[in-house]
Amino acid sequence: MKLHHVKAVLVRQLFLLRKNFTRFINIFLWLSLDVIVWGFTTKYLSSVGESSFSFIPVFLGAIILFGFLVRAQQGITLPFFEDVWSRNFLNLFASPLKINEYILGLVSTSILTGAASIAVVVILASAAFHFSLFSLGLPLLLFLLIIFIFGLSLGIATISLVLRVGPSAEWFSWIIPFILNPLSGVLYPISVLPGGVQVISKLIPTSYVFEGLREIVLHQTFSAKPLLIGLALAIFYLCLAYTIFVHTFKIVRRNGLLARFSSEI
Amino acid sequence: MAKLNFSAVYAQLPGNMTVWQNLYVFGLLYGVSDLKNRVKDLIKKFNLERFTQIKCGLLSSGENTRVNLAKAVINSPTLLLLDEPTASLDPSSAHFIREQITAYAKNSQAGVLWASHNMHEVEAVCDRVLFVSQGKILLEGNPKNLPGEHGKKDLEELFISVAREPLIFESL
Repeated sequence: MKLHHVKAVLVRQLFLLRKNFTRFINIFLWLSLDVIVWGFTTKYLSSVGESSFSFIPVFLGAIILFGFLVRAQQGITLPFFEDVWSRNFLNLFASPLKINEYILGLVSTSILTGAASIAVVVILASAAFHFSLFSLGLPLLLFLLIIFIFGLSLGIATISLVLRVGPSAEWFSWIIPFILNPLSGVLYPISVLPGGVQVISKLIPTSYVFEGLREIVLHQTFSAKPLLIGLALAIFYLCLAYTIFVHTFKIVRRNGLLARFSSEI
Repeated sequence: MAKLNFSAVYAQLPGNMTVWQNLYVFGLLYGVSDLKNRVKDLIKKFNLERFTQIKCGLLSSGENTRVNLAKAVINSPTLLLLDEPTASLDPSSAHFIREQITAYAKNSQAGVLWASHNMHEVEAVCDRVLFVSQGKILLEGNPKNLPGEHGKKDLEELFISVAREPLIFESL
């Protein structure tokens, strides 16, 4: 592993972000819009009747954390798509760049864009709706870690699919997190889901995060064990996604498809 | 891989980065030392000063070929692979590219594998030629002597014969 190879992948993305308004704003816009929409929705719900339910921390906290998942996933997929769109694979992989260095470069990009994104929405939520994500305390670190690792695994799994099937599979990138949204109980406890679906939910790391979030906000309790299960699952999926990507890459390279990638398979 | 590099018309550098950015990123990938100065030297050597901050997608074919070639020699490769480096270039640009490649081969003692369908070019710059069809080498030799050895007046005439009747040459 050579750090200057990882740096090259990261620097390329920074060059693309620099002085490019559309790429730059994409880091913040979707999550900020979600915070604004859900911020006002929860503010309205809190004002209706005499409800003692903590709408703002439960919903807004969950929306920010879910947005972070999407951002972590797109932190991997978008830089990869930049190489798809500019037909850059042949140049990249005819160089001494190794596949693990390429993935680490994408992960570094995801860390930077994810951190920038979450920083902006934390400030926005605090300024506009008086909600501080830090009110969740130390467990927040574990929440973010699980979400980030799972987001990376989703991103790597998505790019494996695009690498194998071709650019026509790009749309999966946009929809995969939203398929997981209802299953991981972002806005409701997974106990309200049908029994069979709950089994699937328990296989999704983020389910443990959103359950943990509600536990802290509604009952002021925190239990580490479910979160550790979530963390173990997230790490398992990351290893699985990476293995799939490496295997897919070998097939695509052996078949000479890297040079003809845009023609689809 | 660190001592090998290539340039091909079907592998253009990303059009959404500038000439300098592309050379800098690929210099990092090839582990080039004193990279900023190396990029500066290559930009000067390939007459790219005017385009340093221009995105590669906005360059003409000839300009892009020069950038690709600058990238191809950025790590001073001992083996340089070139696929049709002068394809679709005007005679002046093609001449410049040929000069740069032959100068590089002479000064660095590097091996250059040059794929081309331009037989006049091959005759002018190569000291050994191979005719390849369907992954098989049909003929090889000195491009200046090879036509005479097969009763042809020049390399182009020999190429046409090989292309039309490869089976004859396959049995040689």
